[in-house]
Amino acid sequence: MNRITQKLQENKKILSLYFTAGYPGLNDTVPIIQSLETSGVDMIEIGLPFSDPLADGPTIQASSTEALENGMTTERLFDQLKDIRKTVQIPLLIMGYFNPILQYGLANFCRKCAEIGIDGLIIPDLPIAVYETDYQTIFEQNGLLNIFLITPQTSEERILHIDKISSGFIYMVSSASVTGSQNSFGKEQENYFKKIAGMDLKNPQIVGFGIGNRETFLQATQHQKGAIIGSAFVNFLKKNPIESIPDFIKPIV
Amino acid sequence: MNTTYHATEQGYYGEFGGAFIPEMLYPNVEELRQRYLAIMEEPAFQSEFQALLTDYVGRPTPLYFAERLSKKYNTRIYLKREDLCHTGAHKINNTIGQVLLAKRLGKKRIIAETGAGQHGVATATVCALMGLECIVYMGEIDIQRQAPNVARMKMLGAEVRPATSGSKTLKDATNEAIRDWINNPVDTYYIIGSVVGPHPYPDMVARFQSVISAEIQPQLFEKEGRKNPDYVIACVGGGSNAAGAFYHFLDDSNVQLIAVEAAGKGIDSGESAATSTLGKTGIIHGSKTLLMQSEDGQITEPYSISAGLDYPGIGPLHAHLFTSGRAEFAAATDNEAMQAGLELCKTEGIIPAIESAHALAVLEQRQFGTNDIVVINLSGRGDKDLNTYISYFGL
Repeated sequence: MNRITQKLQENKKILSLYFTAGYPGLNDTVPIIQSLETSGVDMIEIGLPFSDPLADGPTIQASSTEALENGMTTERLFDQLKDIRKTVQIPLLIMGYFNPILQYGLANFCRKCAEIGIDGLIIPDLPIAVYETDYQTIFEQNGLLNIFLITPQTSEERILHIDKISSGFIYMVSSASVTGSQNSFGKEQENYFKKIAGMDLKNPQIVGFGIGNRETFLQATQHQKGAIIGSAFVNFLKKNPIESIPDFIKPIV
Repeated sequence: MNTTYHATEQGYYGEFGGAFIPEMLYPNVEELRQRYLAIMEEPAFQSEFQALLTDYVGRPTPLYFAERLSKKYNTRIYLKREDLCHTGAHKINNTIGQVLLAKRLGKKRIIAETGAGQHGVATATVCALMGLECIVYMGEIDIQRQAPNVARMKMLGAEVRPATSGSKTLKDATNEAIRDWINNPVDTYYIIGSVVGPHPYPDMVARFQSVISAEIQPQLFEKEGRKNPDYVIACVGGGSNAAGAFYHFLDDSNVQLIAVEAAGKGIDSGESAATSTLGKTGIIHGSKTLLMQSEDGQITEPYSISAGLDYPGIGPLHAHLFTSGRAEFAAATDNEAMQAGLELCKTEGIIPAIESAHALAVLEQRQFGTNDIVVINLSGRGDKDLNTYISYFGL
């Protein structure tokens, strides 16, 4: 069974962490992943940096630019990750924009992910219809889950369709925003969380965007299965050494 | 079977186009996709659009027979005078159309991206005209380079927000505008300035700009007794003026279309914007098209002396015209364009925008037949480029 699916069956709230590969240092990828696992994180999204990350706010944009300046490439990331499964057991996803993956070749990319032991992909600008007609089979052949996003503006009909074609989980964007643009949840989001929970979807939901500490983690996971921390962690890495990652994670879990 | 070079219902031109957008943008783009054609076909919309084009923009723009230029190149050259449009370029054809559409969609806040500032000025202008809030994203570097246009936008009541990410130019301004739209999905409408971006933008902008070729046909008929020229020449950055000038000739293979890209300091110099030669298929700003990128799929920064042509992609229509061979793609260097611009000043008394001067540069590159009718789209006037002309020629 896919590690993501297995993890989601555990009777606990899931904490997922995002970081940009190649940031702050080019070779920090593996130490960050290892430290996150030992600190108690349930799942990791490894960000493949892109020059033009449309859905990301200033924090992740800046980390992507810096990672690229550090020399991060798709090939180098795969090389860094080649032995990751010797030390890391938790589910690993790669989150990246479509163009770098397209240039690598989607089939090659998926095959490489399967070899390494990546469990899923999040490609925010890969349209659902294109995925279904052109790429679904390739994902399935390589045992990769493709994770789709929903937002407060996504229609109910579309959410049901996304639920139908999803496996693993649905990435629930907490509000109309790019990443890292807010730091607390209001009534509107609370209602949205409740509404989605009440839809009785077959896939659990994991909330992303706007989660940065224990308080927001608890709010986001009151009705949903888990939450993703991204920008807040990237910000932490900007100011603190990798050895102090447990200081960031421990207060949340 | 009739081949067509127009967009399919899903916004594809051959393999190019589509809407490669994050879910956060889906509701807005989908609403637009579902409604743009119906709104554009409404008689009330059309009459309002046409009235503004006539009375406010100053259309139809002349199709001018350039006698001295024709004599020099021993062919029959007509200039489509988009430079005479209000605000100085064709850009306003599109912003008028989109702002009317935005109003019908009930949007209160308009955002736009701009490179050289022409689209920003055209957007600020129509927002002032309609009394709508207007925010224009512009790369921090372009803000410094194009100070007069920044001042114009401010005078017109727009807020100019610097894009400080990435290379701080047009592509980053576009990224920032898209992020703004993600953050403001309900009340905001994004006026894209070229035939780029996710479907339906390339088709919608091409339709608004198609007024250019719609006018050429009867104007040419009146002067030459035929509707279609032998050649239509236009410069391509994103490609909106070319899309408009080609539009009604796309499916008539007797009309040869020539798109002129900016070669910058030379196609192989590393400082160029000749996307059709240097680009590969990929995704930029929600569209599958040809774009300049690294081997790893990172979008690279183009260069041209003309700020309106240094976009790393081309519209998906143009990518299709290039790969299918329907249009011929030429390239003019900075120097060829500047010389062609100066030549038009001296032979015809018209100071062209440096963008449009790239189209004129083709006259030096190839010989047209004595009886060929060559229409060159003069997309904009050169007032905004005076400083560049002055420093280039030491005037």
